[in-house]
Amino acid sequence: MRGATQDLLLTDTPREVERYEQFETAAQLEAAALADQDAWDVTRRDFFRITGGGLVVALLLSRTSLAQETGQPRNRGGRQVPQDVSAWLHIGADSVVTVYTGKVEVGQNVRTSLSQAVADELRTPIERIQLVMADTQLVPYDGGTSGSRSTPAMAPQLRRAAAAAREALLSLAAERYSLSRASLSVREGAVHDGQSNKTYSFGDLTKGEQLVKVLDRDAPITPADEWQVAGTSVPKVNGRAFVTGQHQYTSDIRREGMLFGKVLRPASFKATLTSVDTSRAEALPNVTVVHDGDFVGVVAPSRDTAEQALAIIDAQWKETPQPSSKELFAYLKEHPTNGRGGPGGSSDAKPANLADAFSRAEHQVSASYDIAYIAHAPLEPRAAVAEWNDNKLTVWTGTQQPFGVRESLATTFKLAPEDVRLIVPDTGAGYGGKHTGDAAIEAARLARKAGKPVKIIWTREEEFTWAYFRPAGVIEIKAGVQADGQIIAWEHHNWNSGASGLESPYQAPQQNQFHGADSPLRQGSYRGLAATANHFARESHMDDLAAAVKLEPLAFRLKNTTDPRLRAVLESAAEQFGWSGSKSTSTQGFGIAGGKEKGSYVASCAEVSIDADGAIKVVRLVTAFECGAVVNPDHLRNQIEGAGVQGIGGALFEAIQFADGRILNPRFSKYRVPRFADLPIQETVLIDRRDLPSAGAGETPIVCVAPAIGNAIFAATGVRLRNLPMAPDGLKRAAKDA
Amino acid sequence: MATVSDSRVKEIQVNGRKVAVDVEPERSLLFVLRDELGLTGSKYGCGEGRCGACTVLIDGQPKRSCTTKVGSVAEKPIRTIESIADGDKLHAVQQAFLDVGGLQCGYCTSGMIMSAVALLAENPQPQRDDILRYMNGHICRCGVYGRIVEAIEKAAQGHVACNGQCPTGEKGGSA
Repeated sequence: MRGATQDLLLTDTPREVERYEQFETAAQLEAAALADQDAWDVTRRDFFRITGGGLVVALLLSRTSLAQETGQPRNRGGRQVPQDVSAWLHIGADSVVTVYTGKVEVGQNVRTSLSQAVADELRTPIERIQLVMADTQLVPYDGGTSGSRSTPAMAPQLRRAAAAAREALLSLAAERYSLSRASLSVREGAVHDGQSNKTYSFGDLTKGEQLVKVLDRDAPITPADEWQVAGTSVPKVNGRAFVTGQHQYTSDIRREGMLFGKVLRPASFKATLTSVDTSRAEALPNVTVVHDGDFVGVVAPSRDTAEQALAIIDAQWKETPQPSSKELFAYLKEHPTNGRGGPGGSSDAKPANLADAFSRAEHQVSASYDIAYIAHAPLEPRAAVAEWNDNKLTVWTGTQQPFGVRESLATTFKLAPEDVRLIVPDTGAGYGGKHTGDAAIEAARLARKAGKPVKIIWTREEEFTWAYFRPAGVIEIKAGVQADGQIIAWEHHNWNSGASGLESPYQAPQQNQFHGADSPLRQGSYRGLAATANHFARESHMDDLAAAVKLEPLAFRLKNTTDPRLRAVLESAAEQFGWSGSKSTSTQGFGIAGGKEKGSYVASCAEVSIDADGAIKVVRLVTAFECGAVVNPDHLRNQIEGAGVQGIGGALFEAIQFADGRILNPRFSKYRVPRFADLPIQETVLIDRRDLPSAGAGETPIVCVAPAIGNAIFAATGVRLRNLPMAPDGLKRAAKDA
Repeated sequence: MATVSDSRVKEIQVNGRKVAVDVEPERSLLFVLRDELGLTGSKYGCGEGRCGACTVLIDGQPKRSCTTKVGSVAEKPIRTIESIADGDKLHAVQQAFLDVGGLQCGYCTSGMIMSAVALLAENPQPQRDDILRYMNGHICRCGVYGRIVEAIEKAAQGHVACNGQCPTGEKGGSA
């Protein structure tokens, strides 16, 4: 998949090792990177076929300038790489501004925040901004919606295109009406002449034209302290379609002649098909069976018939013994993989001094933390609708990697990428779990055989089994601290879970290491990647160190950091929470945790109550968050609150159970997710730093939820829970296992 | 009247109208609505009645249509999300969801709104605990529960007598 390589060029963060789902097609990645492919299908003539006449502004971002931005090498394999269009927009006779972006909307409300960016630069009411998102035939190439990059990377590009459009409209008006450019300005979605007080609508200016403005230079964009639309709580731009049930998710799409498909799943992971008898299924009226090696699927006029047909296929599988969740953590430590480990970004890696420091430390705390696999469980399961026309393929699917999935389809079916159109409707969530195109490929295979469009919707059981999980892990931390509370040595190891958040933001001399391991289950990206696991371990460990030196947890953290942004979130959360007045009792605990990830900072304070039976309830969760200049305060709060609730699941009770290559709890009746009953009182403190560039916020708010809760439990009961999930069966059981 | 003849259901009542179908009585109501009638506002989330995304109103009561056999409701009034707005005019609950930002990905939203409408018809001034209990069968994986509670409280505050216009079946709205 080209996506991961392109990610390397378009981001300034190193390729995250935990994106395992992208390594599955590593060979394809490299081939695509070296191919001299034109990244963008749309030519100038195509623009106007798509949009009608008007003004098109395209922002070219050559990989040279990308390389300069990111410090990455310009050439790959010694070949010149072509220029890429990174953004484009169109203004037509109706004065509507249509913006084309490869980003996807999965509920993070980026459709709204990107619209705000354009509305700002074009000084235009947001109702006139339309976003065309994630249709590979129309939008520029994009490396995927992940890594909290849409806000820091895509918004500025759209702003540049919009700023260029603004300048082009001013020039158009000046030229056409012989006006002085200096007296013209753009406001309220029109060009305004200060001298005559006349206004010229965008539509009037662009009508009858077919203008293309291509920039390869940065157009100046509005600084954050002059934002008019960004920085305000604009409501979800297409919200009405969702509250009326009108929005068409992938699973709602209906095409002429469409049939329903289902795929035969192996009896267990890694099982191979030894024999299959599809005759009874084939005998059903209007049922088509597809059998291609280990791939067996059915197509039928209704979902029920497809299910019936699948059920009467007789398949024999050869299975392989596999570790179960009971042996998981020992297995991970005992099965390292070569080449996937590496340093975790130690800021001060001096091994020799660390050994010396440890020996000097007045207190030393060592501990091990186990992290279970958890499932994304997006409420819309994977789905795809595939339609072939001659040898061209169109697929609708919910994925965060439209171009990556297009590449997978092109490779699978030996098509040119331009002959595959991948469309991502605003999707029913992802949380990092929809980077792959499994359903898309399945639907396309069935559709090709059936000769009709095919829709596949994964069942919840399939979604819990055949997708990929947040990696499990084992974490070991050893830390040395002086009696005055200064941490003088810190060593943090993570097996399998990942390297995100491995580096401690505190001022300790540290040496950290990520160790790759052979994962029994398919794993990949999950909101925050390994930062949740690593923050849980680190911030739990910090409280243990604080206890060892008899310092209060907030004071201990402040003593060990001079980072003003970290101090700000810790102090703000504590103040809002009433931290200094909080005294834990045996039934009511208070905990705090802080951290940073993906360019933003977070601190969480939790109040938990523990009843006589040991049931744990998170009563209150206060979060302070800082991500530079805030684009949409209310949507940001929504993300923080949502991450808070989601984080409770991973903290307390979510875990995938497996044995013999089977998932044992592949449905909501067996896999507990946070519900209304788990809802704490939530308060959010936003620190708006207009002087700093906007960072993304989709992930970081989740990382301090688990340790704040764990620290609260410890403060109340003295029981230190070191596993995620901490207490799926309540505290008494957890304390026994701790 | 709806008809169940031999083993097939030939007609059901949806959103105030009689609709012709031709399906086995064991078919899941959810998929009859979605695939036969094109009413895709009700969603598939789990197939075992545990997530609430498929919620419709049967005779004014919220029911999980994924585990409801169409034969068992062949003679009852069925209401889906598509009927909650009055043309262009949103129901108070729908408007409240928009006002408080009570959604992210929106996939749970149809089901949430159906249950919320039924709750307010039964209990026009619910306490927070009433709301949490009533709605607990619904999953919002994006974690927007707090705002959904707020939306229901807001709709309750603004709830005016609906004079039988409230789309909860023959029982009508409350004062």
